[in-house]
Amino acid sequence: MKIAGQPVPHESAHGHATGEALYTDDLAGRFPRLLHAWPVLAPHAHALVTALDAAPALAEPGVAATLTAADVPGEADSGANRHDEPLFPSEVMYHRQPVAWVLGETLEAAQRGAARVSVEWQPLPAVLTIADAIAAGSFHAGPLHLRRGDAAAAMKASPHRLQGELAIGGQEHFYLETQCAIAWLDESGGVVIESSTQHPSETQEVVGRVLGLPRHQVTVECLRMGGAFGGKEVQANPWAAIAALGAWKTRRPVRVRLPRALDMALTGKRHPFLARFEAGFDGEGRLQGAAIALYSDGGWSLDLSEPVMWRAMFHADNAYFLPAVEVAGTVCRTHKTSQTAFRGFGGPQGMLVIEEILDRVARTLSLAPELVRERNFYREGQTTHYGQPVKDAARIATIWRRLQASSGFRERRQEIARFNAAHPHCKRGIAITPVKFGISFTATFFNQAGALVLIYRDGSVQVNHGGTEMGQGLATKVRQIAAESLGLPLQALRMMPARTDKVPNTSATAASASTDLNGAAVADACRQLRARLAPIAGAMLGCPPEAVRFAGGEAFSEGDLVQRVPFAQVVEAAYRQRVALFAQGYYRTPGIHFDQKTGRGEPFHYFAYGAAVAEVEVDGFTGGHRVLRVDILHDVGESLSPLIDRGQVEGGFIQGLGWLTVEELLWDAEGRVATNSASTYKLPAWSELPEVFEVAFLEQAAEPGVICGSKAVGEPPLMLAIAAREAIREAIAAFGVGGVVALDSPATPERIFWAVERGARRAGFRRGRGAGGGSGPRVTLAEVNGLACERFVGSLGGVFEQSPWVAERAWWRRPFGDVDALHAAMRFQVAAATRAEQLALLRAHPDLGARAAMSATSAGEQAGAGLDRLTPDEFARLQRLNARYREKFTFPFILAVKGSTKHDILVALERRLENGVEEEFQEALLQVYRIARFRLEESVT
Amino acid sequence: MALDPHPDTFSVEFLLNGRATCAENLPPHTTLLDFLRSRGLTGAKEGCAEGECGACTVVMVKDRRAGTAYVPVNSCLLFLPMAAGQEIYTVEALAGNGSLSEVQQAMVDYGGSQCGYCTPGFVMSLFAEQHRPGREGPCDPHSMAGNLCRCTGYRPIRDAARELGPAPEGAFRARLANPAPRLVPVSCPGFSRPGTLAECLALMAGHPEARLIAGGTDLVVEANLRQRRFPYLIGVEALEELRVFRASAEGIEIGAGLSFAEIDERWRAMAAAPPVPRAWDDWVPLFASPLIRNRATLGGNLATASPIGDGAPLLLALDARVRIAGPRGERMTPLDSFFLDYRRTALEPGELLVSILLPAPLPAAARFYKAAKRRMDDISTVAACFAIDLDDGGRVLRARLALGGVARVPLRAVEAEEAILGRRWNQDAVRRARDVLARTLHPIGDHRGSAAYRLALAGSLLEKFWWEQQEELAA
Repeated sequence: MKIAGQPVPHESAHGHATGEALYTDDLAGRFPRLLHAWPVLAPHAHALVTALDAAPALAEPGVAATLTAADVPGEADSGANRHDEPLFPSEVMYHRQPVAWVLGETLEAAQRGAARVSVEWQPLPAVLTIADAIAAGSFHAGPLHLRRGDAAAAMKASPHRLQGELAIGGQEHFYLETQCAIAWLDESGGVVIESSTQHPSETQEVVGRVLGLPRHQVTVECLRMGGAFGGKEVQANPWAAIAALGAWKTRRPVRVRLPRALDMALTGKRHPFLARFEAGFDGEGRLQGAAIALYSDGGWSLDLSEPVMWRAMFHADNAYFLPAVEVAGTVCRTHKTSQTAFRGFGGPQGMLVIEEILDRVARTLSLAPELVRERNFYREGQTTHYGQPVKDAARIATIWRRLQASSGFRERRQEIARFNAAHPHCKRGIAITPVKFGISFTATFFNQAGALVLIYRDGSVQVNHGGTEMGQGLATKVRQIAAESLGLPLQALRMMPARTDKVPNTSATAASASTDLNGAAVADACRQLRARLAPIAGAMLGCPPEAVRFAGGEAFSEGDLVQRVPFAQVVEAAYRQRVALFAQGYYRTPGIHFDQKTGRGEPFHYFAYGAAVAEVEVDGFTGGHRVLRVDILHDVGESLSPLIDRGQVEGGFIQGLGWLTVEELLWDAEGRVATNSASTYKLPAWSELPEVFEVAFLEQAAEPGVICGSKAVGEPPLMLAIAAREAIREAIAAFGVGGVVALDSPATPERIFWAVERGARRAGFRRGRGAGGGSGPRVTLAEVNGLACERFVGSLGGVFEQSPWVAERAWWRRPFGDVDALHAAMRFQVAAATRAEQLALLRAHPDLGARAAMSATSAGEQAGAGLDRLTPDEFARLQRLNARYREKFTFPFILAVKGSTKHDILVALERRLENGVEEEFQEALLQVYRIARFRLEESVT
Repeated sequence: MALDPHPDTFSVEFLLNGRATCAENLPPHTTLLDFLRSRGLTGAKEGCAEGECGACTVVMVKDRRAGTAYVPVNSCLLFLPMAAGQEIYTVEALAGNGSLSEVQQAMVDYGGSQCGYCTPGFVMSLFAEQHRPGREGPCDPHSMAGNLCRCTGYRPIRDAARELGPAPEGAFRARLANPAPRLVPVSCPGFSRPGTLAECLALMAGHPEARLIAGGTDLVVEANLRQRRFPYLIGVEALEELRVFRASAEGIEIGAGLSFAEIDERWRAMAAAPPVPRAWDDWVPLFASPLIRNRATLGGNLATASPIGDGAPLLLALDARVRIAGPRGERMTPLDSFFLDYRRTALEPGELLVSILLPAPLPAAARFYKAAKRRMDDISTVAACFAIDLDDGGRVLRARLALGGVARVPLRAVEAEEAILGRRWNQDAVRRARDVLARTLHPIGDHRGSAAYRLALAGSLLEKFWWEQQEELAA
């Protein structure tokens, strides 16, 4: 039986469930004479340290030592790229930045000591928002550019244009295990660090830099992490450096562990973004040109902000072809925590912007958002705005179609319309959004990995590679790969923690690519070992080496079901014949490149695709919402480990949902993180789990050239959660009368509440806002509001062609604040009606150009468009098209002709003949709504 | 991990994983979690140190209405002396002879762990649920609502819970056939647990610096997060006088020392008591999480006098009175004169809350609402409880509009109540009350919500109350 592709539990699941799986801080009890470190924290967001005296701390009982710049033998900086992160700064750059550390026999002693360190500050003005940074010209990097075509000209030539702004909140990683490192000196004076780090090699580099040691004197091990999500890609380094420095100075083991409040105050988060955008589009919602300016809040140091911005810019297309586009990205420098990698790495922010634009396009044109999205999808053969061919672009539409069908999207849309019509204060919304996410580090050189596989004489195996385990299932998948390759049961292979003395110069476990990279490197090592063992086994089995197969812990000859040799025997024979039983493996991703100067290249090995449908319910009284149901169809290639992959998809979705809804990261006016604890910063909890949560993988999607045909799955699903945000927007829209729904992110209850208020105010609904407010009374509307049902139907029954039932059902929603509200109420009734009623309504409309059987009102409208003055040719063309239309769709062509010329009508008729049946059905209803609007304006003032 | 030696060290004994354990020479603010980890029991993790994440969950054996139960609690919120005499189990006790317990196996099989850091906490909550006395049907996933997971999105954990059947035969099930250990008085430097109310009052008189501690869900957070140190703590857990629950013609009397979980159980189980009002049903699941409800007490929730505590609005709307004991005997005071100012109550030095009386008859129609960023287990932006009694003519006979999160104290909006008294309970009345609320409330803005939103919510929730009543009437 194949092992790769089986839904096996997490490699450490047993240890997780029993508590036996150890995390860095669980080792603390194993170090006698361990010292605990606590920082001296700055009380300002920006200030000069004019004097610092750590000596008083030493007077505190239990304090063993202090750490200041004078103690650093090497370079006192932990900055990953730019060396811009002083460990003992003379100018503090964010609130609570550590300026010195105290080491105590107990944590409490260290804390008491830190309180006694005397520091003098000279406060300086602080830049705390993106807007401030833009105004002050305070930037780390940029503007970076990606361009295709002439966006300005394309927008100018577009029939419709819009512009807007979107503020996107950051996100706290809230890995359950906070930052932690324990350092001690080894037997020959080197330093060993147990660190909760995604990037042991970089932690090693930084520690070496700080201690002035060559890297061979520094060993970093990461057992496993209690979550990381990008937050320990570079930000584990300073804590490891302090622990190492403390161990170096005191010659004793030192532990640095940030409790939650400190972790939240000191470590970087997902970048908040501000996006300014402009777009030009045609009447069907196809984007013609777009200009997008992205600003990220990078915080005090550069960190990974530049590649995060690149990825945001790469993903400003999401799944859509942008014929002409200009994307600019600027990293703002503020006096806040240094924002860093976080699952998606800028991709989520970039995608959110294009989804925002498309939703606004749809609402500007009164088109269904999913229709506009679909019309803009990449097609096979197209390239991205940075010149990379969109491989398997057709999958976007395939996933879209299948997911709509499996989730019952269309039927549910109608059910929701009915629900909404019956619930004035509670609305539901449904939305579908796609994901296209590029896989690879965009810094090409990171796309390499190494492995070391050791076979022992009893046939047991240790697998080492450069990747770290943070819960994502890397160890599980790599074990499956190795087991498959060596034909061993899983328990024969032990996955070793990542150590820099086993595999050197590793890349961060990040960018979703760790299985692709490390899995391939391990497979390479296993391939070599198999090749060495095959001749040995062949000799034992009496068959040529190429006929040898390894499976189930045995070697056998292909086709021979009887004779088998246990793997351990083959190994022992190999040992006695002096065959090396260990191998190193190596892998580098082929064919990727990108030139930042020209903004062109193929930075990604492939794209991962997916789509989600989300349905939500919004309470108009509070702005609170509930996610009722989520359906996901995701492309993981050939799933290497379905239980792991499903976990990544679901967990990624919920984490994305948190980013877009409940998780609101706030700083106060002093620059303090205002939401710096679990009680003020809320993660998705049980209440955020949708009752129905369907996840499926795209079938027959094996990705050639990737280990086992699988695709990366760590990050892409996070962005599926955009569907929930769009569903919330759809629900908000249902409180109003259409038009753009402005909604910054995250969609907290308060933001939703005000968005509903704005919509309701526009619609003129009375929400009992107390005295004052609301539009002045209109005489005729007041009369309408006062009519009994029969008389109401008598005067408005003709607004929808020969369908007085619409008015009848809308009557109960009186009073109406204005004509918009009245129109919206009637429109709801149509949307909520059965399919048969809707069809009857469409069929009640007269044929354009046919004079007979017209209602008085319709005849007047059609005369206005010049349909009574057609030339014989035009008349014949109209009749011909009209007949084809009726045949295809079974209802007459309906167009809100007011303001249109006969030419417009003929063009529209021709164009709409190309529509699919369902699409045209919805289009026809929209036209009916518009006609009703004209009629209402004429009959009610 | 080494723990701080302390001049005022103590020694307490309790049962840990079935063995008598003695903790000595530790400062009294040491948490049970830190102690466990220092003993190498590192399955329980610190995720937040304030009872929000549940990664430190352990179970205590307690007597509950339906029988002896394993009660899951946050070990980060117990000062070690509070564990004295208790019987506690950690995740390390569950798997025996290399085989996983059913709960652990289900978590493994369903993919319930990813990074695994929160898993022991989930396992303990679910273990308690599987063994819950009187449980029928599958395990309730909401029993784990005090446990946060950042990786899985909860679906596999839910499925694991639903898969579990009755508690398996074995030592853990057998243990529940016998009662929980009785809490005995404790006295050590910096901490006392008196056995009677009289002893407690005497201790308070002798230690004016003392703070009372019941569940610890507030005070221990102060110690953990803000390094507050309390010179002397008096635990009220063993005071039977604070654990009453009685129904009489006068109303319902609820002991200030009962946990929320206990109160809810007792009320539902007591045939003589008036039925649980709708507002109570609304309120219970919105009050913190099961782990907190297992420890937090009504007395503590009121005495801490947080303007955003969720107990006060409910009790204010139900016209609650509080029984206070002190050096000069007992007194009763209406709850609406109990909250004097921000975090300040009418309790005089040496006094404590004994019980809360909900006078009969309870209002005919009352609902509790809570607006917060997260639907469940969050701190209120605004909480409200509205109770309306109508006369035969549909006019407002009694109105109680109680709110939290709109002022320095939880309050009754008396002026708004008066504005609708005697009026027909219709949209006009709602509008009148809203106008008064808009005029008289002056909430602050903070990270939970702007002042404008809070103000809007106060009125909007009242309108929601009215609408829901109409919908129920129609249905």
